[in-house]
Amino acid sequence: MPKNYKYSFILLALLTIIFFVVNVSLGSITIPIKSIFNSFFNASGNYTNHEYIIQNYRLPKAITAILVGSGLGISGLLMQTLFRNPLAGPFVLGITSGASLGVALVIMGSSVLGGIFATLLISKWSLVIAASLGSFLVLLTVLIVSSRVRDTMAILIIGLMFGSITAAVVSVLSYFSSAEDLQQYIFWGFGSLGDLQWNELKIFALIYVVGLVFSLASIKALNTLLLGENYAKSLGLNIRKSRLIIIIATSLLAGTITAFAGPIAFIGLAIPHITRQIFNTANHKILLPAVFLLGAIVMLICDSIAQLPNTDYTLPINAITSLIGAPVVVWLLVRKKKMVF
Amino acid sequence: MSKKNKNTILKTNNLNIGYKSKKAETSIASNINIELIEGELIGLVGANGIGKSTLLRTLTNVQPALGGDVSILLKNINDYQSIDLAKVLSLVLTESVSSKNLSVLELVALGRQPYTNWVGNLTAKDIEVVNAAVEKTNLTDLKNKKCYELSDGQLQKVMIARALAQDTALIILDEPTTHLDMYHKAYVLKLLQKLAKETNKTILFSSHEIDLAIQLCDTLIVMSKDGIVQDTPKNLIKQGSFSNLFPEDLIVFDKETGAFRVKK
Repeated sequence: MPKNYKYSFILLALLTIIFFVVNVSLGSITIPIKSIFNSFFNASGNYTNHEYIIQNYRLPKAITAILVGSGLGISGLLMQTLFRNPLAGPFVLGITSGASLGVALVIMGSSVLGGIFATLLISKWSLVIAASLGSFLVLLTVLIVSSRVRDTMAILIIGLMFGSITAAVVSVLSYFSSAEDLQQYIFWGFGSLGDLQWNELKIFALIYVVGLVFSLASIKALNTLLLGENYAKSLGLNIRKSRLIIIIATSLLAGTITAFAGPIAFIGLAIPHITRQIFNTANHKILLPAVFLLGAIVMLICDSIAQLPNTDYTLPINAITSLIGAPVVVWLLVRKKKMVF
Repeated sequence: MSKKNKNTILKTNNLNIGYKSKKAETSIASNINIELIEGELIGLVGANGIGKSTLLRTLTNVQPALGGDVSILLKNINDYQSIDLAKVLSLVLTESVSSKNLSVLELVALGRQPYTNWVGNLTAKDIEVVNAAVEKTNLTDLKNKKCYELSDGQLQKVMIARALAQDTALIILDEPTTHLDMYHKAYVLKLLQKLAKETNKTILFSSHEIDLAIQLCDTLIVMSKDGIVQDTPKNLIKQGSFSNLFPEDLIVFDKETGAFRVKK
């Protein structure tokens, strides 16, 4: 019977907790560990300054990091198994490109198109809504087109094509927009974990949980798909239904993450690979929880670094994820000499 | 004959196979009447392009029939839910599995998918069936190996074990001997013969190993331009069914040895 993974999971869970506390304790000002734990268990409503920072700024940010890391990792895993392609990630279905189109339209379209967009206030909520609408519309188009094709690989290509189309529209918009608008758009593209208030986080977490439930429901289908679609069919799997559930799970997870935290690159592609190399298994009953924990850990680490402790600067999280993550993947592949997929 | 009191597992009734497009139907073979009996090993032979794969695809409900019908265990194949069909019919395909990072045991256990719960947990009975399948296919020593470590012959045994674990009355294999050397071709077909006898399952395979099939199968289905016949190898040789299998300019069937010879 398969190896016992209990200890690996206990270790990963402990690491998640440790990096969670580390993440919360680091920031532009130093906060003693004692205040951190006080703030965790202080329900009275009377906070000291330190506790206030933790409660209203650092805690939501650390939780966002966990949701973003685990969510992107899981949706990357789902896409890689569905498309049986190690290069697939959460964004192959055009989710990011849709979101960036929505955001680009709000930020840059106001000057280019004028009219209705000019009247829109460019607040955070309008960006979140624009990103959600954009990714939803592009994804819907991809889904409608792909419901007409039987081949799963064709969906991959269709998703990439829609990504190219939206990227081209964004380019055209950028060409005509002012330097200021362009800069704002680029800033959105850096990604950000620290912008969420508790009430926004609640909505984020709610959709995330729904996406997670869909992912858990696909575990058996994902394992069956390891044999290939024809074998899966011969085992009684309803390919179309399973494919739809997997795509819905990915859209919910990656879509909300992009809407709330911006287009965070790399995590979705890398975490499943790191997990497979470490656990050396293809069984999704093991992979899914492992990807969840590893995604959360890597995101917490990246965010702690991006924070540049004790300074007032915050580096773009999108750059840090690749800077930290890419060498790890390269190192794992070189060390194990064989790619596990 | 003793066949009379054995159950029919699969039966076709004037089956017509081929492809349907929006404009026209292209029939490849029609009036197919074959019957697969419990516990028998049946070979399907014929030249390339004669429609063996189309027939198998129709028998396994991957492709709709143009006419006639296929019934498994007296029930029309179209009346099966896909999950119920998976409990009476398992397949071994020519394609390789997408992930070779599964261990032999894990891959064989995937054969239990139609029976397991929503997350795919194996019960004690499932594990028992999986272990039995591994033993019957002589894979016990390899059971913890990863599939990428196996040879083609070993991998074919694993796929057969997976089909066994699916515990169906009928197993259909599409060219299970391609890519194998002469020894392993004989080994795999001999294994199928043993499994059919021991487990009382019906096993149908398509193959180009006509001489091996003649020696090992209970009945053979011969597909040629003249039509499709099913009979015991002996009777088929008597009737000269193998002689018109291929164009006769290059090879001829030798009735004495039951094998093809190159024309001198």
